[in-house]
Amino acid sequence: MMRFLLPLAAFIVLVGFLAVGLNLKPREVPSPLIGKPAPVFQSQSLHEPERILASKDNLGKVWLLNVWASWCVSCREEHPLLVELAKSGIVPIYGLNYKDKRDLALQWLSQYGDPYTVSVVDPEGRIGIDYGVYGVPETYVIDKNGVIRHKQIGPVTVESLEKKILPLIKELQG
Amino acid sequence: MIPELGNFALILALLLAVTQGTLPIIGAAHGIHSWIALARPVVQGQFVFLAIAFGCLAYSFVSNDFSVLNVARNSNSELPIQYRIAASWGSHEGSLLLWVFMLSAWSVAVSVFSRHLPDEMVARVLGVMGLVSVGFILFLLVTSNPFDRLFPAALEGSDLNPLLQDPGMVIHPPMLYMGYVGFSVAFAFAIAALISGQMDAAWARWSRPWTTVAWVFLTIGIMLGSWWAYYELGWGGWWFWDPVENASFLPWLVGTALVHSLAVTEKRGSFKSWTVLLAICAFSLSLLGTFLVRSGVLTSVHAFATDPARGVFILAFLVIVIGSSLLLFAWRAPKVGLGGKFDLVSRESMLLANNLLLMVAAGSVLLGTLYPLIMDSLDLGKISVGPPYFEAVFVPLMTPAIFLMGLGPLARWKQASLPELMLRLRWAFGVSVITALLMPFVMGEWKPLVSFGLLLAFWIIATIFVSIRQRLHNSGQGGLFTKLARQSRSYYSMHLAHLGIAIFIIGVTLVNGYETEKDVRMEIGSTVTMGGYTFRFNGASPVSGPNYQAMRGDIDVLRNGEKIRVMQPEKRTYNASGMAMTEPAIDTGLLRDLYVAMGEPLENGAWVVRVYHKPFVDWIWFGCLLMAFGGILAVTDRRYRLKIHSKHVETAAVADGKRVANNNTGLATGGRKA
Repeated sequence: MMRFLLPLAAFIVLVGFLAVGLNLKPREVPSPLIGKPAPVFQSQSLHEPERILASKDNLGKVWLLNVWASWCVSCREEHPLLVELAKSGIVPIYGLNYKDKRDLALQWLSQYGDPYTVSVVDPEGRIGIDYGVYGVPETYVIDKNGVIRHKQIGPVTVESLEKKILPLIKELQG
Repeated sequence: MIPELGNFALILALLLAVTQGTLPIIGAAHGIHSWIALARPVVQGQFVFLAIAFGCLAYSFVSNDFSVLNVARNSNSELPIQYRIAASWGSHEGSLLLWVFMLSAWSVAVSVFSRHLPDEMVARVLGVMGLVSVGFILFLLVTSNPFDRLFPAALEGSDLNPLLQDPGMVIHPPMLYMGYVGFSVAFAFAIAALISGQMDAAWARWSRPWTTVAWVFLTIGIMLGSWWAYYELGWGGWWFWDPVENASFLPWLVGTALVHSLAVTEKRGSFKSWTVLLAICAFSLSLLGTFLVRSGVLTSVHAFATDPARGVFILAFLVIVIGSSLLLFAWRAPKVGLGGKFDLVSRESMLLANNLLLMVAAGSVLLGTLYPLIMDSLDLGKISVGPPYFEAVFVPLMTPAIFLMGLGPLARWKQASLPELMLRLRWAFGVSVITALLMPFVMGEWKPLVSFGLLLAFWIIATIFVSIRQRLHNSGQGGLFTKLARQSRSYYSMHLAHLGIAIFIIGVTLVNGYETEKDVRMEIGSTVTMGGYTFRFNGASPVSGPNYQAMRGDIDVLRNGEKIRVMQPEKRTYNASGMAMTEPAIDTGLLRDLYVAMGEPLENGAWVVRVYHKPFVDWIWFGCLLMAFGGILAVTDRRYRLKIHSKHVETAAVADGKRVANNNTGLATGGRKA
């Protein structure tokens, strides 16, 4: 009887690990950029292509960089939250329009609302590479000295906003 | 409207699955004939509703209904029609629907091709499959409904992942799922046998063809996946030991062990509880694969969008299905008893050793796959386990298995003599050693690992020759062809599948030993030479596909100064997702592949181009095909076809015998009722 129980015992151990594993997030490799200066970029604004924006213009304030695209369905999930956050005026949100087409992106913003102070375009994804973007949406919290303090992978949720992002912004704005 | 119909059909299928999973099993336990008789019609009804549900999903994709979330995420109006259909199983939700649909197709097949089996047995088998189906349909409806709507509807879909827009990807998942799901039949037979306590040669004979068919599908599915990775990913590799690849390889290893163990149980009545355990393991690993892919516990190129609620659901489902089966096993298997005795040197012992090696190999692959998860669970850091581990563990384990593969078919059942075997095989051994030592010189350079790999392959081929010669020698009078025709298909099927392994090993060995790869900067008009071929780059020009823009390179291949073909690799950018894809050009040949992929563009029309010369690489997939053909041949063996004609006589005899047996053990139907 005992040896016939061995497969079951092995399975129980396996289930234990799988259960613990469910609560881990292997995808969230800690970003090496946290605590480092945000990579410098300079690019066209989405709305006014002749206007060039540089990341150093934001020195001295706490800001969010949200990577989005019109082709990204998960972006729609977080979008209402971002619109609300922008209305509250707590923190300016800058958009990084990632590997997108200008007309589609503008149409998308007019349909769902535009929470962004400014959106800069990154049609080739070059800025994305500097920031280590590997999925859209991603959101970075950047402090007054231009240092990345937090990176949210995947859509911003009510929970992540209330528990992590907003308290961090308050602290940084000090 | 159509998506709601699909949803409704899915709910009806769930209700039928609940009926299928309960009444027939209870009916079989208490001898209620009307409940037992319910099994077949309910199975067929469930199939009809799942077919409707699947049809509704496919329709939503074909008609570009972007008000369905699943369609909006995985399709696009520019997507060609064949990929829109394939997109119905490209997502997590859709592929699960395909999974249950196939489960129900297998159940219908069992209900149709089981007329010769006792009704109670069929009721139990279909009942177990019904319970599995309940779990999966619930999972669909509760956590991953493919018919969820999106309000407001999207204007355009975000497109199917470009990696999946490929003919190979259209058929790879269905094949693989047919294999995974097919093991549910062997599993259901095993559970039915544990419940009824009846486990004999007849039981093994029933489950054997089902297991073989599932194994064939899985083999083809894995082969297609590997081939797809080779020509689509653009790095020329064919196997990456990625967690999801491993998830399909694990049931294959255990399934291979099961196919062999069933042979022993059928022929000799031995290994019964071992066979049952393997049947449970094979299907459990199929389920575990589903869990690993969809719960997000591991990172993989294949991973679907993950959601913790899904992970919890599948884990609970795994615990119920696998836990209760193993519990049932621990409770009932000790009573199964041992089969025929056998000596230390016999065909049985060699098959058992092979089985153990396959299981240990499966165990080490499983360990390597889960190791990152285990380390992370114990808070020992994030690590990843790569090909070096798997190769270091897998090859040494398979070496003795392949050696035994040559010996086994020549050894006698029950008792064999080692000196006699050695005497019979000395030529085979000598020939394979000499050929393996000399062959690498033909290829241009002697390498120990190549020689070793070839030794294994030639050993298999040589022992197949010895076995057939001996078999013909012992099969009476007649000419060569009469004698050849006299052998059973199952005999040839075994050798064909083994030959497939040999061909596979030759392919792997030679491509690993002699492939050449060059990453070169090519100006317009410049050339690069490799393996006797000269590649001349004529520049790249823009082309546009239905839903992508591409730069197409134009490369002439020259041999001895003569142009033999033009290769046109592409670098594509898909419109909707903006994803870049490398579409290599491959010139396939019996002895080598030429493989060209576009890298990055440089100034003045120059490009970085990757050129590979891959000797014998197609033998890898050809070997897999031979294994699959072997399996198909085995299923068409005479004894399965004959059974259909003489089924009435046999059914009566088996059923009578079974009832007596059951009464004696007092375990089932009549016994319990009395």
